[in-house]
Amino acid sequence: MALVLTEEQRLLQDTAKDFLTSNAPVAALRKLRDEKDPLGYSPELWRRMTEMGWASIILPEAYGGLDFGFMGLGVVLEECGRTLAASPLYASAVLGASAIILGGSEAQKQALLPAIAAGEFTLALALEESNHHRPTHITTTLAVQGDSAILKGSKCFVLDGHSADQLIVVARSSGADRDSEGLTLVLVDRTATGVSCQRTIMMDSRNAADVQFDDVIVPASSIIGQLDQGWAVLEPVLDRGRVAIAAEMMGIALEAFDRTSEYLKEREQFGAVIGSFQALQHRSAHIQSEIELCRSVLLQALSTVDDAPQELPLLASLAKTRLNELVKLVTNEAVQMHGGIGVTDELDIGFFLKRARVAMQIFGDSGYHKDRYATLCGY
Amino acid sequence: MDDLEQFRLETRQWLEANCPESQRQPMRQEDQYWGGRRGKFPSEDARLWFERMRDRGWTAPEWPTQYGGGGLSPQQGRVLKEEMKRINARTPVYGIGLWMLGPAVLEYGNEAQKQQHIRAIVNGETRWAQGYSEPGAGSDLASLQCKAEDKGDHFLVNGSKIWTTAADKCDWIFCLVRTDPDAKKQEGISFLLIDMDDPGVSTSPIPLISGESEFCQTFFDNVKVPKENLVGELNKGWSVAKALLVHERKLMAEMGSDSPRRVLVPNVAAREYLEFENGKITDNRLRSELTDYDMQMQAVALTHFRTFEEKAAGVRSAAPLVMKYVGTEAEKTKSELLLAIMGSRGLGWEGDAFTAEEIDTTRLWAMSKAMTIAGGSSEIQLNLIAKNVLELPQS
Repeated sequence: MALVLTEEQRLLQDTAKDFLTSNAPVAALRKLRDEKDPLGYSPELWRRMTEMGWASIILPEAYGGLDFGFMGLGVVLEECGRTLAASPLYASAVLGASAIILGGSEAQKQALLPAIAAGEFTLALALEESNHHRPTHITTTLAVQGDSAILKGSKCFVLDGHSADQLIVVARSSGADRDSEGLTLVLVDRTATGVSCQRTIMMDSRNAADVQFDDVIVPASSIIGQLDQGWAVLEPVLDRGRVAIAAEMMGIALEAFDRTSEYLKEREQFGAVIGSFQALQHRSAHIQSEIELCRSVLLQALSTVDDAPQELPLLASLAKTRLNELVKLVTNEAVQMHGGIGVTDELDIGFFLKRARVAMQIFGDSGYHKDRYATLCGY
Repeated sequence: MDDLEQFRLETRQWLEANCPESQRQPMRQEDQYWGGRRGKFPSEDARLWFERMRDRGWTAPEWPTQYGGGGLSPQQGRVLKEEMKRINARTPVYGIGLWMLGPAVLEYGNEAQKQQHIRAIVNGETRWAQGYSEPGAGSDLASLQCKAEDKGDHFLVNGSKIWTTAADKCDWIFCLVRTDPDAKKQEGISFLLIDMDDPGVSTSPIPLISGESEFCQTFFDNVKVPKENLVGELNKGWSVAKALLVHERKLMAEMGSDSPRRVLVPNVAAREYLEFENGKITDNRLRSELTDYDMQMQAVALTHFRTFEEKAAGVRSAAPLVMKYVGTEAEKTKSELLLAIMGSRGLGWEGDAFTAEEIDTTRLWAMSKAMTIAGGSSEIQLNLIAKNVLELPQS
């Protein structure tokens, strides 16, 4: 467990910062939005990200990975948060790869992990079925008959679902709605017969989809892990996803706050820079304190994935809650402290505000994670 | 095995052999030993434990051995703390001398001052009070008026200091005094050590909302203080004071984790004082507040660990500068939460209708209000973060 970065991790962070600042600034996301880009990210950017090994960071060396752990992944995602870089990194190389690493058969690992690392192939996780994160509320069914199975149901808020080559679908193979028993994870081609995928346009100008499965026939060999035992894979995948998105949220908060602090030092009213007003100083200093607390929580959560997975549920819920609250506070204050210009589209701050709201909903809002944390604490 | 692990092993063995069983029990306030001329050991075991630790210099583990300290490296000091915590060994002696004055004298004092004061602190022979605030100088500390006039071979001190913690039980007091009335605020201040037995020094306790009176006001009426009691340069006491305040804030940020009181812990108290159904607290608002608090405490504790790791790794961050603010605010939140959890059981003040634990908890609630005021109020902390971390312009 570590609460400071190693020299290697710092170096990776510097590289990521330099690369993203020049190649994927907020202006790039703005352009994708304004041009209504159908893919929603730049394939060229994604190619270069994978060339630098970013899609291989958490993959074991045996499958073409760097085995650099979540502490390494965290610094890259944080920098992605700072520039709001759109790419399939999170959906494919974090969520998809984690599901294969934790639950996949040897054949699945051999076939998919090196392709994910190379960026030639992308995955997305099709989980949610309602407007709130309810990972056991699964009514999409998977009926296994011999060597094949039939998938039926619909999913929403599937991150990067519109562009992924394959979807990892969380389906119910037995049990009742809300049971964690009886869930099964299965790989499905996005273009398979009976799959219809509709890209959703969300406030953050990033990428998600609603997906429908009408009696889709999949080979039984596409199941990840054991039939009915999907929860054992899904829960740690979600916790990794929560910690990873928390890292992106840290970047969002830091960048929005840095830009705001700079503005406070420039903007003059009443004959003084507004940053000299105590009303704004105290709110800024409070934010700095929250950032310091969240920094410790995030580092601990990231290193927990690497070093103490048995403690991950508590740390993941802590990190997701605290970073949810941080980005909400910081992005709201960023808009308010910028004043009138803060609500214009011309200023980038609005992009951070909107991405923060989407990130807050990914795999559990604060209410969900506070309930989970309390339950884990026994009250 | 590396040297540090070897040290850990030896320390563990020594503690096992030398820490009396009674000194491994949870401490009550009356079990604390504060040293000084008037200090009394709460028990024979406490005396034995103190003397054994003192003889190794482990009452001040990281101070130089030439003045009686333990001479440990910061890493070894941390190991000792961890090993003491492992067996719940009590802190053998408490004191502002150990926490604040000692580090300041070691950094700013001359050789004679170190010889006179450091060993006496290590040996628990002197108990120190702090004389910073004045009735007219609270958050605006630099406006202090207590004056020390140069009379050739001595200073003549007149004025008063307030919030002098336990000054009625102390032997010495370190004071910020004005030595140049014409200089700009911070520039005419000096750091002076005053023997409280000197003629003209008097102290009276101040009753607080907690029902206690650990804070005092100390008066100086034509007190003659020898010139050699000046620490650092004349009129340069503010820099000594600032260094000391850092120690005080760090201490206050840590205070909650080492409370000697029989106070309740919110998530334990919840089990006793709240209704549960299917393993969950039925009062949703309190359940939510308890969760917020536990999350906050975990975040504060992790940040505390992070400051250690950063120090060991030579990394600088803003974390140490926010600890006083977040630590003391969290303590206040904790007390309010405990009162809410206890309901009417949290309202007891004295007598047999309430348990000692309940009364201590309630009284700590009243005391907790002082934590975000003393040692630089929360508002002052936020000013400092704005200035030193965010580099926002001063008005």
